[in-house]
Amino acid sequence: MNRLRRFLRTPEAIAGALILALLAAMALAAPMLFPGDPQAIAGPALLPPFQDWRLPLGTDRLGRDVLAELFHGARTSLAVGLAAAAAALLIGAVVGTLAGFAGGLIDEVLMRITDAFQTVPSFLLALALVSIVGPSLGAVVAAIALSAWTGPARVARAEVLSIRERDYVAGARVIGMHPLEIAFREVLPNALPPELALSSVIVAAAILTEAALSFLGLGDPNRVTWGGMIAEGRTVLRTAPFLSIVPGVALVLTVLGVYLAGEGVVESTAVRRSLS
Amino acid sequence: MTRALILLRRRLVGSVFVLLIVVIGSFLLLEAAPGDAVDAYIVSTGGDAGMIELLRHRWGLDQSEFTRLANYLWALMHLDLGQSVTFSRPIREIILERLPTTLILMGSATALSFGLGSALGIYAGARPGSFRDRSLSIGSLALYAVPGFWLGLVLIVVFAVDLRWLPIGGIETIASGKTGFSRAADIATHLVLPVSALGFIYLALYLRMMRAGMAEAWRQDFVLATRARGLSRRRIVLAHVARNALLPLVTMLGLQSAQMLGGSVVIESVFAVPGLGRLAQEAVAGRDTPLLLGIILVSAVLVVVINLLVDLAYAVLDPRVGAGEASA
Repeated sequence: MNRLRRFLRTPEAIAGALILALLAAMALAAPMLFPGDPQAIAGPALLPPFQDWRLPLGTDRLGRDVLAELFHGARTSLAVGLAAAAAALLIGAVVGTLAGFAGGLIDEVLMRITDAFQTVPSFLLALALVSIVGPSLGAVVAAIALSAWTGPARVARAEVLSIRERDYVAGARVIGMHPLEIAFREVLPNALPPELALSSVIVAAAILTEAALSFLGLGDPNRVTWGGMIAEGRTVLRTAPFLSIVPGVALVLTVLGVYLAGEGVVESTAVRRSLS
Repeated sequence: MTRALILLRRRLVGSVFVLLIVVIGSFLLLEAAPGDAVDAYIVSTGGDAGMIELLRHRWGLDQSEFTRLANYLWALMHLDLGQSVTFSRPIREIILERLPTTLILMGSATALSFGLGSALGIYAGARPGSFRDRSLSIGSLALYAVPGFWLGLVLIVVFAVDLRWLPIGGIETIASGKTGFSRAADIATHLVLPVSALGFIYLALYLRMMRAGMAEAWRQDFVLATRARGLSRRRIVLAHVARNALLPLVTMLGLQSAQMLGGSVVIESVFAVPGLGRLAQEAVAGRDTPLLLGIILVSAVLVVVINLLVDLAYAVLDPRVGAGEASA
């Protein structure tokens, strides 16, 4: 409770938490408020917003309910963002821990591979992976994770380099624990806090990458995505710009919420560190 | 200068290894893609089973994976990126044709984001914690949350559709017959919106880094010393605090180049700018994996070169870098 209060100290953190809570509510409520297929035709095509109370945000080029699409799009954005970020952090933590704990040749090889991944523009890599595997939700998540794990790997490695010199690691060696067991049960959990500070940036980047991929038509065709909605609206940009503007605003608010909440977390832990 | 050269030599060796890993990685991706170059060729030209066998043999696709990797490396060493399926032309030719446009776009966007971003960062960091600092921080965070392609569409709606000030897309007016200076001016007006869309996203990054670096520098003793010496506030901010915060931004310039290249894929698609990024999207649409991997390889080389240049600039700017190695 105390931690929550510390987190909610700044107005920015409160705003971030509110946006994320609203978003989570939208994602969870989508199947109940808008049952059935959000891609089904609900009314006349290109109905402007605030004209019909049953279709508050109007309809798109094919007569689909924009509000229903927006709610279902929140599900996809959040699911892909969180899953891809979790996978990226996991891969990064494992690679970083192995490199930092093993040292020597293993460290050298793993870090050169990390360099190579960072040399290739991450969006191009994600684009190539999805286009080779084919657009599906799993492929998008995997592609984003594979193009985003390098930052967490570097952070984890730096942390592990200092942790592996601590006494409790030496103690674990003395009682005869297997090096891999030490690495993953003793070192890795203690290297996680700086990873978590990075997580808001990773989640935000994952959401933006997913949006850009589906904007280019590489999202899962069976799911509503905000990026896909923007691409749809683009074809009628001159006559119905709101079709692209509305999902874009949702995207901006989502990513902003993630950033603000992330800053709140970092600040609340930083205060704790400077007090102790 | 020897200091910079030693640094360059050491970085070059590392870069070659990194690029080798990228090449092997892209070879594996090429292998993982469904179908091979012959399948793609036959789809566009047609041909029977005998023809397929013949082509597989001639292009060395019937050999072992290891031999094919060796052939791939050998071809790359001769700067041969293979044949594009969708364009039926050598990939190197197409990429070289598209590269200058992307370089101009990236260069202008980087100049915009670095210049304006660091200037606003100095403005915010001059008084950390003040109202203008807080509002600029929030504003930059909001800007950083905007997807580049969406910002591009909004700019199109406002400046090209509603106000009709700027062209909606493309790189120059088609068949305008303009030459020399007027053609350059034409291209420049076409680039205003894409450069803004790409540059404004990354502006926030430089602003925040500059601001954070300055907030850090204010707390150091040398700032106190400059105050004790009675320097004007303006001079302290610009010549001491901001100058110390500037160096990490130069490193960021290199690291951001890869992100910028990725961002130009969507921006070029939105504005129909015929550059490398749009080519990548065309490669995806045409299921042209060799072309896509060629673009990835060229981008990787580009990123390595930019980072080498940034390292050199850093060595020139900061006399401490590499000083230990030169004397050793």
